[in-house]
Amino acid sequence: MTRLAALARRPWIWSFVAALTVWAATILFTGGSSTVGLSQAALTFAAFSILVGIGQMFVITLGPGNIDLCVPATMTLAGTVALKFMDVDNTLILPGLIVAIAIGVAVGIGNYALIKLLQIPPIIATLSMSFIVQSTAIWTNRGLRIKPPEALAKFTTETSFGIPNVAFVALVLSVLAYVLLQRTVYGRWIAAIGQSIRAARMAGIPVDGTRFVTYILCAVLAAICGYLLASFSGGAALNMGSEYLLMSIAVVVIGGTAVAGGDSNVPGIWGASLFMFLVVSMLNTYGAGAGIRLIMTGLIIIAVIVLAGGRNPNQR
Amino acid sequence: MTDEPQRHAVIEVSDARVSFGAVKALDGVTMTIMPGECVGLVGHNGAGKSTIVNVINGGLTPHSGTIRCSGTVAPRYGIGTARANGVRCVFQELSLCPNLTVIENTRVMHRTLTGWGWRRRAAAIIKAKLDAIFPGHGIDVASPVSDLSIAERQMVEIATAFSQVAQPVRLVILDEPTSSLDASLATQLLAYVRTFVASGGSVIFISHILGEILSTSDRIVVMKDGRVVAERAAAEFDEHSLVAAMGSVVKGRDIAKTIKPTDGLQPLLTAPPRRGKGLPFQAFSGEIIGLAGLGGHGQTDALVDLYLSRTGSWLNGRAPQVTFVAGDRALNGVFPLWSILKNLSIAHLSGLSRRGGMLDDPGEAALGQAWKERIEIRTPDVDNPILSLSGGNQQKVLFARALATPAPAVLMDDPMRGVDIGTKQEVYAILRAEAEKGRTFIWYSTEMDEVCLCDRVYVFNNGAIVAELKGDDVTEKNILAASFMGAAA
Repeated sequence: MTRLAALARRPWIWSFVAALTVWAATILFTGGSSTVGLSQAALTFAAFSILVGIGQMFVITLGPGNIDLCVPATMTLAGTVALKFMDVDNTLILPGLIVAIAIGVAVGIGNYALIKLLQIPPIIATLSMSFIVQSTAIWTNRGLRIKPPEALAKFTTETSFGIPNVAFVALVLSVLAYVLLQRTVYGRWIAAIGQSIRAARMAGIPVDGTRFVTYILCAVLAAICGYLLASFSGGAALNMGSEYLLMSIAVVVIGGTAVAGGDSNVPGIWGASLFMFLVVSMLNTYGAGAGIRLIMTGLIIIAVIVLAGGRNPNQR
Repeated sequence: MTDEPQRHAVIEVSDARVSFGAVKALDGVTMTIMPGECVGLVGHNGAGKSTIVNVINGGLTPHSGTIRCSGTVAPRYGIGTARANGVRCVFQELSLCPNLTVIENTRVMHRTLTGWGWRRRAAAIIKAKLDAIFPGHGIDVASPVSDLSIAERQMVEIATAFSQVAQPVRLVILDEPTSSLDASLATQLLAYVRTFVASGGSVIFISHILGEILSTSDRIVVMKDGRVVAERAAAEFDEHSLVAAMGSVVKGRDIAKTIKPTDGLQPLLTAPPRRGKGLPFQAFSGEIIGLAGLGGHGQTDALVDLYLSRTGSWLNGRAPQVTFVAGDRALNGVFPLWSILKNLSIAHLSGLSRRGGMLDDPGEAALGQAWKERIEIRTPDVDNPILSLSGGNQQKVLFARALATPAPAVLMDDPMRGVDIGTKQEVYAILRAEAEKGRTFIWYSTEMDEVCLCDRVYVFNNGAIVAELKGDDVTEKNILAASFMGAAA
């Protein structure tokens, strides 16, 4: 009983409860026939949300006002340039990944340079950066759909042991992110900055250095996600990142990370990402029209946040 | 028994007591303000001046004691009652809305300015009053307050308080009104205060510039530790006796301090004179250096600048030169979501981590346990949230955070606010022991007793160091004299 109570106090538990409920509701409706297909699809699409969500989580942990709105543009640019660079050549898969990561690093540096040098609030800085990045993507792409190398396309669309490969990638990066957040000095620093940037500076934390690294980290994760998503969907498209703007923020919030910063967790991102995909599939299965679907999605997200927000009144 | 009608006091506060936690801000203060007098109110920081002002202007209800307005007891005295009785206050912190014009700010203070043409009426009122108090002021009343200089804002605020709209103005409280005015404007204000008093109004005048107090007041009230310690006609005081009245009796327990010879030694920390004025700052190894002077005269800024210039915001080395103990816990000390342990270890994480930045959990736990015992943090478990501790114990955690680092210099920004006397004694002992081992402490304190514990004291005034006192010269009297000497200059 005490164990259950301790579990209920975990902020991330609610996103899993919500995801499981929606999953069960969908399965029941279809009489169990879609169990494997639905689960695999959920894991695949959730994996992309998880990648951008983790990056966004690190940024949001930095405290009020910190957000990266450049995520979709970074995904698009990284996907486009990496695919163009690889040019369906299987031997260039790894160099292509490095190109994508380099783009992420560059965007991250650009973001923090705008925030720090021009003293622009992150929400404006990253949004204006996203216009620059998106325009660069349009200029590179010129509206063509470039195919991914065959081996990479195969890797991203197939499963191993019944689990999609991209979910494994997301799992490995999630474990790394968890270790980084919970077990390293850097993780302590970002949590401290999120609680009180002034106290953090006066405790000897290199505040600018830490924030700089965090914005780069977020952009790199978005770039990796763009690289994988472009390969998964058979080529980079200019609008491929657009739904991930809201998604990256929503999964962080539903996952139980404090919007005010300083308190975040990785498991919640998984629950929330699965939930976000499953809600849409459930409404599709029920045959809801597009308008109803959007409204219901919005209402369900609000309900989960309200439920999860009522948790642990002592903590905040 | 006489037929002569008795003149009633404007405000009569009797035996007012206010305490904030364990701190007695007012300890039975009785104060009577008669019509047509200017009462000077002096005392060191924390003497209770602002508290009694807040009681009189209705912002603070005393926990015991009565307030009479014009001879009748006001049972529920508040800001509304105070204003209805003609009490106005000019605050030390400027309280105008910067985005509104002078006219609109007048309207904010005087609610009765309503209906058609209030702007015209407000403009006329405020302009007339500014002209009366500060002839030739040159303030455009239609301009927004944010366009005015600090001195001009203070002038507008003073004029607003003196201007009469609905109720007659009977008592104006001026809380350090001249601190942002230059000499000629101050003279104009003081002259106006005298004419206001001559016409039957009353003024409570607070200032740290003793010359002003002596020349302007009819009567001077000296406060110390929440009590009125002296109350006499202004003519019976001079500057020297006023300083003496503010200070406490010299305590016998003071031990003779040895002045460590510092000539030829390499200073640990140095700073040039601030804003090019006053004395430079130097700190040697093993010293406890006090930063004294009136509150808010640049001591905290000096400490913060010293800290920021010695630590990096982009990278930090493994061996920090300085560490900081915050006084304003909520603003720049405590991380509220965290446990006691995480709050304690944050400054020393680089020393607690293995290669690659991975945390050393057993090492962290051991550090927490060691400091919990050493400075007696009263908690069953250091994994409890920091906010479960009392303020004094939170402060101990902040001390431990700083002392746990290997930094040779510890900067302390009035860290003993709200700390009980027992804890203070424990911390003083730790400071002494650490200083003997060669650590340097730079300690800003608003409490005179603490400043007197220091080996060497820099006295601040208006952002600059105006005096340096060493060893046996570190006495309350000398420090007070130095703080006011600078202010008068």
